[in-house]
Amino acid sequence: MGSAQSVPPEMRALAERTGFTSEQIEQLHRRFKQLSHNRKTIRARIVHAFFDKRNLRKAPAGLAEEINFEDFLTIMSYFRPIEMDMDEERLESFRKEKLKFLFHMYDADYDGIITLQEYKNVLDELMSGNPHLEKESLRAIAEGAMLEAASACMARTGPDEVYEGITFEDFLKVWKGIDIETKMHVRFLTMEAIAHCY
Amino acid sequence: MGAAALRALPWALLLLLGPLLPGQRLQADATRVSEPTWEQPWGEPGGITAAPLATAQEVHPLNKQHHNHSAEGHPKPRKAFPVLGIDYSHVRIPFEISLWILLACLMKMGFHVMSSVSKVVPESCLLIVVGLLVGGLIKAVGEKPPILKSDIFFLFLLPPIILDAGYFLPLRQFTENLGTILIFAVVGTLWNAFFLGGLMYAVCQIGGSGLNHIGLLANLLFGSIISAVDPVAVLAVFEEIHINELLHILVFGESLLNDAVTVVLYHLFEEFANFEQVTIIDMVLGFLSFFVVSLGGVFVGVIYGLIAAFTSRFTSNIRVIEPLFVFLYSYMAYLSAEIFHLSGIMALIASGVVMRPYVEANISHKSHTTIKYFLKMWSSVSETLIFIFLGVSTVAGQHYWNWTFVISTLLFCLIARVLGVLVLTWFINKFRIVKLTPKDQFIIAYGGLRGAIAFSLCYLLDYEHFNMRDMFLTAIITVIFFTVFVQGMTIRPLVDLLAVKKKQETKRSINEEIHTQFLDHLLTGIEDICGHYGHHHWKDKLNRFNKKYVKKCLIAGERSKEPQLIAFYHKMEMKQAIELVESGGLGKIPSTISAVSIQNISPKTLPDSNALSALSKDKEDEIRKILRSNLQKTRQRLRSYNRHTLVADPYEDVWNQMLMKRQKMQQAELQLQNAYLTVPANRIDSPTMSRARIGSDPLAYEPKPDSENLPIITIDPASPQSPESMDLSNEVPKGCGGLPPSPEEDEEGLVMRPKEPSSPGTDDVFTPGTSDSPSSQRMLRCLSDPGPRQEPEEGEPFIPKGQ
Repeated sequence: MGSAQSVPPEMRALAERTGFTSEQIEQLHRRFKQLSHNRKTIRARIVHAFFDKRNLRKAPAGLAEEINFEDFLTIMSYFRPIEMDMDEERLESFRKEKLKFLFHMYDADYDGIITLQEYKNVLDELMSGNPHLEKESLRAIAEGAMLEAASACMARTGPDEVYEGITFEDFLKVWKGIDIETKMHVRFLTMEAIAHCY
Repeated sequence: MGAAALRALPWALLLLLGPLLPGQRLQADATRVSEPTWEQPWGEPGGITAAPLATAQEVHPLNKQHHNHSAEGHPKPRKAFPVLGIDYSHVRIPFEISLWILLACLMKMGFHVMSSVSKVVPESCLLIVVGLLVGGLIKAVGEKPPILKSDIFFLFLLPPIILDAGYFLPLRQFTENLGTILIFAVVGTLWNAFFLGGLMYAVCQIGGSGLNHIGLLANLLFGSIISAVDPVAVLAVFEEIHINELLHILVFGESLLNDAVTVVLYHLFEEFANFEQVTIIDMVLGFLSFFVVSLGGVFVGVIYGLIAAFTSRFTSNIRVIEPLFVFLYSYMAYLSAEIFHLSGIMALIASGVVMRPYVEANISHKSHTTIKYFLKMWSSVSETLIFIFLGVSTVAGQHYWNWTFVISTLLFCLIARVLGVLVLTWFINKFRIVKLTPKDQFIIAYGGLRGAIAFSLCYLLDYEHFNMRDMFLTAIITVIFFTVFVQGMTIRPLVDLLAVKKKQETKRSINEEIHTQFLDHLLTGIEDICGHYGHHHWKDKLNRFNKKYVKKCLIAGERSKEPQLIAFYHKMEMKQAIELVESGGLGKIPSTISAVSIQNISPKTLPDSNALSALSKDKEDEIRKILRSNLQKTRQRLRSYNRHTLVADPYEDVWNQMLMKRQKMQQAELQLQNAYLTVPANRIDSPTMSRARIGSDPLAYEPKPDSENLPIITIDPASPQSPESMDLSNEVPKGCGGLPPSPEEDEEGLVMRPKEPSSPGTDDVFTPGTSDSPSSQRMLRCLSDPGPRQEPEEGEPFIPKGQ
């Protein structure tokens, strides 16, 4: 993994586009070839996110049939850690990108709005590992959360207007307090401890 | 006028106390013989010297007189029966202790009255000044003021503060920054100690005749004592400036964890000072002992924490002493660690951190509040006492002022701190995602305050091996004063000047909670995909281990399966309900709900509204059955009070009512507009009600005496669902006309108007209820408090310290 001359030109293009170093790309490429089973309860959603055309920046809706390595890298680039030398503007767009990724994960029907039902589905999946749960408590939580979001974003509108769901701007507002750019990252620092699955 | 009187009060008390304090030593084993002034031989009824007004005057029991008489040995001339007598020596020690604590509390009160001063000067400085004044007063009277004895400090004054810090430690931030904190604590303290010790040795060699005899080891010992950042001082100052959480946890975490290093270095150099030669073996052993001390302390703490958690699982019948278990086990952890010369502070913190999630899941709400308040109270009083005694001890102690030594100590302390922080931050920033900016570094360096721990450690040195102890003491006190006064006072304007990020006061919302959990899952998944065993992977593994094995052992009943999100939601709900009540009451609806009522949130597709009425009929029967059984319970419930059960809090009923009303309203509106299909007959209890049911709170709702002929079903908080759903099922036919239930209806109280005449009336109450359906059984089971939640809201004290 030494000299830069051995790096093929496609790799370099990829590196420029997604911001990874060539070493990291190599590691991810190896990993891409041996994708392991994801034991998480929301794995379907995560896997979907990889195929989501919006995240791949190809189309505003729909699922891709298959993704190649380039698409894989595009998705992974959402989880890059921030760098010290980023200026305000880049930081802001970086943050927006990550939040957009999250938003797409919630919004399953591609309409750009998270409705109560979609929110409930997310909660169901989050809690699906827990068999003792009552449905109603989840419902109550989802409703409470929607109420909160609605009251934060709809303070000016009157009672006869209908609140359809959380739009992306509202989503941004909810996330204002949390510094997503520091939270939503995976360390690609040292990849020697990569598990190999056979 | 009242304010002026209040302001005068502390000074008046000082004057009162002045004559009282002479000659006391705060030792638990103070012998009476040493204080002849206060001894009142029984045979001299008139000999009362300088009797203060506050002296207790008691009537002595008869046998005491006889005892004294017989102890005298020779027969006394017969005198009149003493109606009143004075025996101060009998109560002297508790009395004086109480007076000191009272002084501390009055000082705290006084500072809040003089708010103009306390805005500029941090409380710790003011307290030290008070201590100086009191010490000066005592000396002026001619008596010897007491010195802060190290035993008392380490055994009684320090543990409450540390326990308070450990129990409410914001765990998430702590673990996220653990690497940084450890590096600062261990490497930083080591660097400080050796740098300072070495330089002081050089100074001593150069410094002239007075200093030449101080050896390298003595200097290193001095360096190790003074290099540790003090948690008490840091807490006292940082709490008032409301700095952002990252910096707070960094400096504070460092001050807590460097105790292990300090303990090791202190004992090491103390022992080495006795040796003629220090070999490599000794140094290796010293290095090993560091691990033993720190890890051993943590291990002891974890053991005690687990025992405490396990004990709390069985306390459901004796709620009153639950807080005691928490305090006692933690204190035992501290003492046990001190037995083996392990780090007591780390033991205390480890036990607090380990026991908290499980204990909080098991204990009642009242116990939780008790623990919180007691910890805050004790730590507050402790802190005040520590600072006052620092002031007093300054006046009382013997000092040996040597300009060179003291000034150079001060200088090198500061230099060492700044250098250490700079170098370490450069190193740490390579591994951190959120880098530490120069501003952060400045605050971290500036926040390295020294305090009473350094003083007490120095005081523990014995004279024969360290005859320069007085000089050390003087230097340490100077450094403490400098850091607390100068740095403490200037840090607040500096923080404003540098525009350092302050603590965000936003409450944590349910949305944030959901998103954060979702993000956790997502990141774990992504890490899995990458094959990278990172932070989240291990965290997830720990959580799963916790859920599968540990929680089952340590948490009672069904709570062990309750997921975090649900617990958080319940907690939030109860908080809102409490706020509702406190904001003035019944019938008022908070603005958040009224501004955007749920009717505004519409689904994309409207399901069949016919199904609604069909389903509710089914539920109606169930509801009726439940209601019947609960009515029976209402009558049977006795209102009793004894020491083993807690009296029902009068507000708790109101809270329950408000909570139910709110839920009901939410539910009702949502149901109407969205035409949801199921009436949630088996809704989970809100915490207050479930807590009410756990054995110790016999609540009884008296039915309204002068009701109309309608059978009024009042609520037994034990089963709130039934009236609620009952109302809903009644409202549904009403509401299907399209009107939401108006708020006025709710104000009549939870009244049920049965549709059919056969519904339970008052006559049915005494008939035993039919067998409960499984759903109602489930409802009536004890689902108790919100579970563990390490929240930022818990990290900040309920009563802000120092305020």
